Amino acid sequence: MSSPDYPSCSDYEVIVRLKPEVLDPEARAIQETLTRIGFAGVKGLQVSKRYVLSIEDQVANAAGHAEQIAREYLANPVSETFQIRKL
Amino acid sequence: MTTTFKLSDTAQMTRPQQIDETPGPAFTALMRKHKLTGEEYARVKDILGRIPTMAELGIFSAMWSEHCSYKSSRVHLKRFPTEGPDVVVGPGENAGVVRLSGKLCLAFKMESHNHPSYIEPYQGAATGVGGILRDVFCMGARPIANLNALRFGLRSHQRTPHLVENVVKGIGDYGNCVGVPTVAGNVSFDASYNGNCLVNAMTVGVIHEDRIFKGYATGQGNLVVYLGSATGRDGIHGASMASGSFATSENSERSTVQVGDPFTEKLLLEATLDVLDKGLVVGLQDMGAAGLTSSSFEMAGRAGNGLYMDLDHVPVRTTAMTAYELLLSESQERMLMVIEPHKWEELRAVLDKWQLACTVIGVVTDTGRVQIHHKGLLEVDVPVDPMTDLAPKYERPMRPRVKDALDPEVFNQQVTAAALARGPEALLLAALRDTGDKESIYSQYDQHIGTQTVHGPDAQGAAALWVRSEWADPSEPYLGVLTAAACNERYNRLDAYLGGAHAVLKAARTIAAAGGRPLAITDCLNYGNPEVPEVMADFSAGVDGISLACRELSVPVVSGNVSLYNETDGESIAPTPMIGMVGKIQDVRKSPTATVTESAALYLLCPLKVRPQFGGSLAAKLLDQSLQAGLAPEIDWHAEREGMDFLRLIVDKGQVSACRDVGDGGVITTAAKMVAKSGLGLQLDLALTELARYPELAQYFGEISGAFLICFNSGDESKALQSAATLRYNAVIKVGQVVDSSKISWGPWSMPLKVCHHAFTSALS
Amino acid sequence: MKRFTALGAPRIGLIDFPGSNCDRDCNDAFERHFGIKLIPVWHTEHTLPQVDAVLLPGGFSYGDYLRSGALAAHSPIMGAVKSFVSKGGAALGICNGFQILTESHLLPGALLRNRGRRFICKFVNLAAGSGNSVYQKQLGQRALRLPIAHGEGRYYIEGEGLRRLHDQGQVAFRYADAKGQANDESNPNGAVDNIAGIVSENGRVMGLMPHPERATDRLLGGSVDGLAVLDTFLSSFM
Repeated sequence: MSSPDYPSCSDYEVIVRLKPEVLDPEARAIQETLTRIGFAGVKGLQVSKRYVLSIEDQVANAAGHAEQIAREYLANPVSETFQIRKL
Repeated sequence: MTTTFKLSDTAQMTRPQQIDETPGPAFTALMRKHKLTGEEYARVKDILGRIPTMAELGIFSAMWSEHCSYKSSRVHLKRFPTEGPDVVVGPGENAGVVRLSGKLCLAFKMESHNHPSYIEPYQGAATGVGGILRDVFCMGARPIANLNALRFGLRSHQRTPHLVENVVKGIGDYGNCVGVPTVAGNVSFDASYNGNCLVNAMTVGVIHEDRIFKGYATGQGNLVVYLGSATGRDGIHGASMASGSFATSENSERSTVQVGDPFTEKLLLEATLDVLDKGLVVGLQDMGAAGLTSSSFEMAGRAGNGLYMDLDHVPVRTTAMTAYELLLSESQERMLMVIEPHKWEELRAVLDKWQLACTVIGVVTDTGRVQIHHKGLLEVDVPVDPMTDLAPKYERPMRPRVKDALDPEVFNQQVTAAALARGPEALLLAALRDTGDKESIYSQYDQHIGTQTVHGPDAQGAAALWVRSEWADPSEPYLGVLTAAACNERYNRLDAYLGGAHAVLKAARTIAAAGGRPLAITDCLNYGNPEVPEVMADFSAGVDGISLACRELSVPVVSGNVSLYNETDGESIAPTPMIGMVGKIQDVRKSPTATVTESAALYLLCPLKVRPQFGGSLAAKLLDQSLQAGLAPEIDWHAEREGMDFLRLIVDKGQVSACRDVGDGGVITTAAKMVAKSGLGLQLDLALTELARYPELAQYFGEISGAFLICFNSGDESKALQSAATLRYNAVIKVGQVVDSSKISWGPWSMPLKVCHHAFTSALS
Repeated sequence: MKRFTALGAPRIGLIDFPGSNCDRDCNDAFERHFGIKLIPVWHTEHTLPQVDAVLLPGGFSYGDYLRSGALAAHSPIMGAVKSFVSKGGAALGICNGFQILTESHLLPGALLRNRGRRFICKFVNLAAGSGNSVYQKQLGQRALRLPIAHGEGRYYIEGEGLRRLHDQGQVAFRYADAKGQANDESNPNGAVDNIAGIVSENGRVMGLMPHPERATDRLLGGSVDGLAVLDTFLSSFM
């Protein structure tokens, strides 16, 4: 299925988040606030950044291209992990 | 993009439809949305000689809004004293400029962003900082310091914590990213701001006297160039929003808030200074309130020319924007330049380096009209001069407030009784908590970038900067700039005339306490609804009070801003004329802080004719006493001038280690704040001073004008006291000790130091 | 402390990115205190001029977009800087400069958002770590006082990497209290092991979050410890 914004492209979604072992103060603060305001049962909360890459169909191995962008550029391998999928 | 611009024959262009002025609900709604009265609309038609188009209606709405035209305030503002031997550029330009040393000048101004900050505090505050920075650097001045003055509702009000957190973050994120240190400011919490917060941002910049740039669109045939971020739908009608009160039932204002990009602002700053340095532009104007509209009319108006613009060339972020939207958008970080055609390539090369898009969108004409084309239609054809010359100018009705009939002395006694009932110790703690440590705020601001900050917010007095510039007089290698902002809204609520004077005095005393000589002021006049006669009377009185103080202290007003309609559900804020002042000290190494770090004797410099008052005092506020009763402190101008001159003299002789103007909460609160973070205790006794004539509680907590607490450098006391012997209107008396003890004691009362320290440092939690 | 005339001055390239803010402060500090004029190098250059060392100043390069220092790390000039460093060149990265060095993999680890989620500006105490670099040798016995001003200064490296840093003596500075003790109270941003600055394995690349160029005059904040740090930087390649 082609990208809704760019007709001759396919969209690849990259989700980047901090590695589980790294402290995420933002996620922690949001979760604590939810509990404090009275929302029960929130066991966990993750904060991620979502990128959508619209890659032209004519690019050879578009999936590999997107994965390389994610790995070398969008995520910092020291502290972050990423997931990628074609939309 | 082209270096020549085709000036199409506007006479042949098709005009779009005029607005439909058939009387009825649709037309009424249209006028209301554009905040134009019937009279104003009739004037629009007179000027045009016909019915306006929608785009033209939008333009008049924006240009004649209170925010842009100052229609309610202009008649009063001209009473300000604006001249002086050090004034290089007075009011009317993007910023005011004063001479500092040699050819080195300071360009500075304060602006408000109150309404947007209430709606979207992070972006409202951030874009407020952005706007004032642009006003300063588009004159060719490099910003060296930011200040901000904030007013919020009571801490217990449900919206306050959210506003404080996000306003502070917005100011910090923007200023830090652009790389300008935030060095001073003030914050207070008062019920009067529950529905309307105040965010006043000030920038000080440095500039060479012969290189001050003004925003004129001169030279027929010169090109009009658009620079910076693309235009989107942000903030359409931002100017008219700032020209109206809030009603809690309307939540749709959210779409009118602009979003800032400090990274682009930084690039814009460097590119602008670069471009001005290379002499590549003839005119330059920031696109602020009412965006492209106001910048083009202002530039054309100042130069007495006309402009032709083609909106088809404006870079857009969103497709399908109408002419109306393009003209009224308040997208941030954009500027308008006028250049000679042969400079285009060189200009583009500089802007390419700074990754900034620039497009030719028009040309300077001699028609005296602003003519704007969009998608085949001549959307706008309006004469320039009448836009300003015939802009509405109102002498709104004024009715002075009825003062509370309660005898001020009776009021003073009531406050005294309440204080004794609460306990003076508890009152001191409450005072420390109310006006205490702002570290959790200013630690979010970069105070040191630029490596000029000698005293920042942690010094608790005027900010002091060591300005190193080759343009300064070489005999002043330790030249210092001092700057502070001040306004006591409680005094203003009681007496808008004296309140205005007190604001100027407070700023001047803060600078004098740091050893400085005031040079000039800027202001942000924050008031309520001008259509309410009492508010208008307050405004006029405020202008007169400020003018009085400026004349008495020989300090001119060189720039400023007015923010009206700070009102919600019919309740206006207390009058809050915020004053921003810059001063000079020849040797900043001598400038004392407002806090002590070592044991020392404590002295009080105090006017002889002083009389402590509880009118509008911190004590009255904390004890839930009326804030409409009593008198604000009296002013003895001879004593004020003499006292400040004396301080400058002894600081210049290197005799002062700490000095602080006596303010909120009287002598004891001020003294406690001087030692609160030092780890040292305090003994205070006013028995030998002029204040001893009054009841004990009034001596310590009563508020007075013109007094200072001073610690001298060891060994310098007698010399300083010798100088003090010649004072005619003031006396310098020893009142105690800063001492290594675990207590703060004053008169018959005392508190453990630890408890005071805790109250002071938990002020914002 | 060294002071140079124009002829004898070392050549230090100051790498400038769009959004770098502290370049002017670095210029001022080196010129006033050492007599050295830094050589400006714009990020779009592909080669470095002939230099003895490079300096990456603080600021908000590229607005801190994507991650602090991430976009700058991919600037054309960084190819030349990496090559320079691989041949033994000396480099100093201050604040955003430190972030750019880690994003460029010229130093290990990463700088993350402060654990308090707020920008912090204040003076801090630093204790030097132990190791063989000139930084540790020349500054090892002193407690230093320098200002920080950052929102993303939390140094992070995973367990094995941290062990390696310690084993190889690469920890140059740690946040400490007034007595020189590195503890949680004195940690302003949650950095792992209170790490404020590290050096590369060969000791010639130094990255730190505090700003030495802001502590060169007693008049400006009361500490001149920044001079010692900058002087040591000069020693690292002279």
